[in-house]
Amino acid sequence: MTEVKEREVAIVPPKDHTPVVRSLDPSDFPTPTSRDEEFRFTPMPRLHNLHQGNVVATGSMAIAVNKVAGSRFEIAGAKSTDRIGFTDKIAAGAWSQLETVSTLTIEANQNLSESVIVSIVGSGAVAFGQLDINVEKFASAVVIVDHIGAATYAGNIDINVADGGAVTVVSLQDWDASALHLAQHRITLGKDASVKHVSVTLGGDVVRILPSVHYAAPGGQAELIGLYFAGAGQHTEHRLFVDHSEANCRSNVVYKGALDGEDAHTVWVGDVLIRANAIGTDTYEINRNLVLSGGGRADSVPNLEIETGEIVGAGHASTTGRFDDEQLFYLQSRGINEEEARKLVLRGFFEDLLGQIAVPEINDRVRDSIEARLGGRI
Amino acid sequence: MSVLVIKGLTVEVTTEDGPKEILRGVDLTVKAGEIHALMGPNGSGKSTLAYAIAGHPKYTITGGQVSLDGQDVLEMSVDERARAGLFLAMQYPVEVPGVSISNFLRTSITAIRGEAPNLRHWIKELKESMAGLQIDPQFAERNVNEGFSGGERKRTEILQMELINPKIAVLDETDSGLDVDALRVVSEGINRVCAKGETGVLLITHFTRILKYVKPDFVHVFYDGRIVREGGPELADDIEANGYAQYVTA
Repeated sequence: MTEVKEREVAIVPPKDHTPVVRSLDPSDFPTPTSRDEEFRFTPMPRLHNLHQGNVVATGSMAIAVNKVAGSRFEIAGAKSTDRIGFTDKIAAGAWSQLETVSTLTIEANQNLSESVIVSIVGSGAVAFGQLDINVEKFASAVVIVDHIGAATYAGNIDINVADGGAVTVVSLQDWDASALHLAQHRITLGKDASVKHVSVTLGGDVVRILPSVHYAAPGGQAELIGLYFAGAGQHTEHRLFVDHSEANCRSNVVYKGALDGEDAHTVWVGDVLIRANAIGTDTYEINRNLVLSGGGRADSVPNLEIETGEIVGAGHASTTGRFDDEQLFYLQSRGINEEEARKLVLRGFFEDLLGQIAVPEINDRVRDSIEARLGGRI
Repeated sequence: MSVLVIKGLTVEVTTEDGPKEILRGVDLTVKAGEIHALMGPNGSGKSTLAYAIAGHPKYTITGGQVSLDGQDVLEMSVDERARAGLFLAMQYPVEVPGVSISNFLRTSITAIRGEAPNLRHWIKELKESMAGLQIDPQFAERNVNEGFSGGERKRTEILQMELINPKIAVLDETDSGLDVDALRVVSEGINRVCAKGETGVLLITHFTRILKYVKPDFVHVFYDGRIVREGGPELADDIEANGYAQYVTA
C-alpha cells in the first residue's frame, strides 16, 4: 500500500535571525562538519574539500550568453568588496578564489521579449564563479542559468530586483553524473519587486543549493519553485531561507522531488521567518517527494517562525509517497507496461509544477531529461 | 466467442510460517456473454482466485492451467494479460499519486487497443461512460483513487471495464461498501457491458444482494480453496435463505 506520511513537523525556529557570520572572507568561518545543523544531511566526504574554503581552482567554467535587447552582460568585471557577505565557508571560499565577477543587467523599464540564457559549462576542473543578476527598476525578464558538463564547482548567484522589477530566474542543474555543485542564491527584492526563482536539479553526484530571499522594502513577492530528481547514489539538497523583514510581502514555496534507485538522497529544508514588523505577510511552503523505487531517502524539514500575529497567512506541508508494487500491479492490470507505468507516475507528479514554471524552453527539456534518466535505470 | 478455462488451479502464498496453500484445485469455465457468480464465505480464497488470474506477484501458481482462447495466461506478464482481454475490478483499488483519471484511462486504452484513441471521439466516449455511472465529469482531473470514497472507487473500476470492454471481467467484491443507490448504478454499468455479449463476467461476492440487479447464469459456491457446489440462480436463493453452513460442513 502507499505510505503517505503527512509530517506535522514541529516549528523549530532558525537558531538565530541572521547567520552568526556574514563575510566575504573564508577565514571568518569555522570549517563546517556534519555535526553542524546546516550540514547534518550533507555528505561531507563528497565535497572535494570545498568546505575547507581554501581549495584552489584548476580551471574555469565556459560561460556564454545570448544577446537580448534590453540586457547587457559583462563576463569578467571587476570584483568589488562592497557587497553583502556570504553565510558559509564554501561560498566565501569561492569568492576569495575569484578574480572577476560576471554581471547580467536587465535595463530599467525594459520588458525582454526573449529569455536570456546563461550557459555555464564545466570541463572537469575545480572552478569557482560569481554571477550577479541585476534587474533594474520596472524591468522584467526571464533568465535561464544552464549548468552542464562535469565540474567541481562552487558558484554563487546574487539576484537583485529593483523597485517594481520582475524576474524569473531558472537555475538548471543538468550536470554529468560526477559533478559537485555548491551554490548560494541570494535574492534581494525592492519595493513591489517580484521574483520567480526556479531550481531544477537533475544531474550531478552532489548538488547543494541554498536560495534565500530578502526583502529590502514592502510589497515584494517571491515564488520559489524547485524540481529535483535523484537517481541511484545521487545527493540533491536544497536549503531555503525566506526572511520576511518587511510589511505586506508574499512568499510561496513549492518543491517537488522524485527518487529512483538505491541510496538516492534528497534534502529539502525550508526556513521561513516572519519578523515582528512584517505585518501583512502571506507565506506558504510545501515539499512533496515521491520515492519511485529502491532504498531512496527523502529528508524534508519545513521550519516556520512567526513573530507577529498580524499576518494574512502562514503555512507549510510536507509529504513523502512511495510508488509501490500495488500501484505497479494496478497500472499493469490495465495493460500498461512497467516502464510506462513509472513514467506515467513521474510525469503526473511533476506536470503541475512544470505548468507553474511556465518557461517553455525548460519544460520539454526537463521532461525529456527526467525520462532519459529514468529510462537509463530500468 | 472468447472463453476462459481454469483447470486444477492450485495457488499458494508465502506467510511468516512458510508457504500456505490457498487454492486447492479450481476448475471453472467462463464464456463471453455469460455471468458467473462465485460466492463463498470470507477467507475461502475467492479473492486469491481473482488475483491469481490477473497475475499478482504475491501469489505463486503451484499447479493447473489458465487459458484464454487457448493462450496460456500463466505465461503472460500482468500487462500482457490485460492486453489479451482479461480485466480485474479490484476490491481495494489503490491510489496512484500524481496521475489523473483522464491521463490514466487514456494511457490504458492506448495500451489495450494498441493505438491512441482519436481525441474527439475519446472525450465523447469518456463523457458518456462517466454520465452512465453518474460520475462527476470533474473526476477526470482528479488523481487515480486519491481521496475517493469506497463507492467512487468502485464506480471508477466499472468505468474502466466499460471503456476497456474486456473479453473476461473478474469483479472482486465490487458490491462491497456500496449503498443501495450506488449498487444499482454500478450494476447497471455491469449489465450494459454484459448486454453487448462480448464479455464474460466472473462476479465474486460474499452477499446475494447484487444478484438482484445482475442476474447470474451460473452460481458457484467456493469454500476452502475450491468450488464445492455449482448450479443456476436458484443456488443463490438457497444461500440467501440458508447461508453457507450447509456447504461448508460438507
